[in-house]
Amino acid sequence: MSLKAKDPRAGMVRGPRVASLVLLGVLLLLALGPWWASRGTMRLLVEFFYMLTLAQLWNLLAGYAGLISVGQQAFVGLGGYFLFALVILAGVPVLVAMPLAALATALLALPSAKLLFRMRGAYFAVGSWVVAEVFRLAAAQIGALGGGSGISLPAKFVKAISASRWLRESTIYWIALAIMAAVLIGMWLLLRSGYGLALAAVRDDEEAARASGVQVERIRFRVFVGVALVTGLIGALIFLHKLRITPEAGFSVTDWTVIVMFIAVIGGIGTLEGPILGAIAYFLLREQLADLGNWFFVILGLATIAIMLFEPRGLWGLVQRWRAITFFHTSRRL
Amino acid sequence: MLADMMNTLIQGIMLGGLYGLFAAGLSLMFGVMRIVNLAHGDFIVMAAYMALVAVTALGLHPLLTLFIVVPLMAGFGYFGQRLALNRVVGTGLLAPLMVTFGLSIIIQNLLLELFSADSRRLPLPGLDTASIPLPGGISIGVVPLMMFAVAVAVLAGLGWFFRHTMTGRLLRAVSDDPEIVGLMGADRRHLYAIATGLAAAVVGIAGVLMAVKTNFDPLSGPTRLLFAFEAVIIGGMGSLWGTLLGGVILGLAQAIGARIDPGIQILAGHVAFLAILAIRPQGILGRGEAP
Repeated sequence: MSLKAKDPRAGMVRGPRVASLVLLGVLLLLALGPWWASRGTMRLLVEFFYMLTLAQLWNLLAGYAGLISVGQQAFVGLGGYFLFALVILAGVPVLVAMPLAALATALLALPSAKLLFRMRGAYFAVGSWVVAEVFRLAAAQIGALGGGSGISLPAKFVKAISASRWLRESTIYWIALAIMAAVLIGMWLLLRSGYGLALAAVRDDEEAARASGVQVERIRFRVFVGVALVTGLIGALIFLHKLRITPEAGFSVTDWTVIVMFIAVIGGIGTLEGPILGAIAYFLLREQLADLGNWFFVILGLATIAIMLFEPRGLWGLVQRWRAITFFHTSRRL
Repeated sequence: MLADMMNTLIQGIMLGGLYGLFAAGLSLMFGVMRIVNLAHGDFIVMAAYMALVAVTALGLHPLLTLFIVVPLMAGFGYFGQRLALNRVVGTGLLAPLMVTFGLSIIIQNLLLELFSADSRRLPLPGLDTASIPLPGGISIGVVPLMMFAVAVAVLAGLGWFFRHTMTGRLLRAVSDDPEIVGLMGADRRHLYAIATGLAAAVVGIAGVLMAVKTNFDPLSGPTRLLFAFEAVIIGGMGSLWGTLLGGVILGLAQAIGARIDPGIQILAGHVAFLAILAIRPQGILGRGEAP
């Protein structure tokens, strides 16, 4: 490789700076959401923000670190349950409890990762599902948190955020937007760093990366636990938004893995643009086909299979066929 | 008290036979093609619904539905492999997982649409409650014993097939080195389809037995996938009898868990799996590397 070892950005593709400006403009417009969007639109946008963030995190695992997890619902559920436990049982203020819940989730992710990393590839994937099931079944055994039937967040704790409903809802909206923006920009910076170079190497050819001195297992471990931490934070946010958690909702494989994977895969994994496109596609599709019920999921399944068989790079891959544009410059020219 | 304990253990072992059958199909597909079929559990549940339809529409005895379900499943496996899965064999990790996961979601939702979310079961009149009494207050249920015997017979049959038939040997060869076998003139696409057809036939047997033994609903597939997977890892990959042993250990853990508290039956099985993963990641009968 002709890359100079000192500067990981050597050879980094430069594109029009307009792209960064567009991104900033969109984020600014979204930040002003509470002043222009209706309550219903804001609820939908919050959901869009956290689903897109989950999809980007899954993309980081599957598209870059080569770790395919079917058990990310473990960390969403843990984040939610830790938030409720800290707030209801320990009386911690909601906004303080959120980062604490994320930390607690990451602490449980450590031993989980230790065990899961004993398996490779597809077995890792199914193993992660077992771990998520263990947490779901264990949560159903905790009587203080409602056991199998779940628990609601009493209104007084939420009202402590602010007396005004508008400010409360805006706060949750801004937190969701901030997490999404931080994950997007953080991933962008990560992928442009030396770490990103190593991750891209692992993605492209694991053996070659290993031979070039990349510590594949260590990088994977850190990415997995880091993703679990942020997933826990999002889990806390989701159930603060929903105000009620049950083992089935918290650890739902459909909501927090199937749909998330669909968004990442249909948009195109291994790129930052793909999941954004995928999230827009998913929400448009859902608004159109919401009445179809079970058939909606049949269509999702068929679309996933079709993408994998015919254009594994997803919708963004289709765009790339037409024109090689890029918003997030993370690729390198050798 | 002792007799109770013995009965629990016997139930666990017999249940393990069914789990061994669940595991055999999963292990077979992974062994030959290095594919983990995430729709495996949904295939099992689909076979159970086929049996249900055969019983209600044709008035067949539940066990006689095997003669319909097994060939149908084998055909489904063969053509599913030729039409879709062959395109993703050997393309890496993501595509096979995503395609089978997509299939899993499709099957679950079609079953929901066709049969509603109600829990179903196929009763065996007269046999359901029959048991063979043994000295000391111990007894073995007829249905569980029959299931265990079928599991042993199927695994023995698979073992014989892989050792003594041309197709079986070719399947082992293609597992060891697909490139060379292709160069030798064997049709890999056909061999892969045979492997999936065979796995689906075993799934057909497992599905009918499950329908007779326990309740099932359209969404109960993933749990069955996890049981199959756990049995494979506990027993040690690449070993047919290992899958049975893994199934038995999983069945025992669940039976003992259920005896302590019915709410933790499944959890106890998962915990046993994780414990074995921590202590002996290559599985009990596995040799060499971890999975």
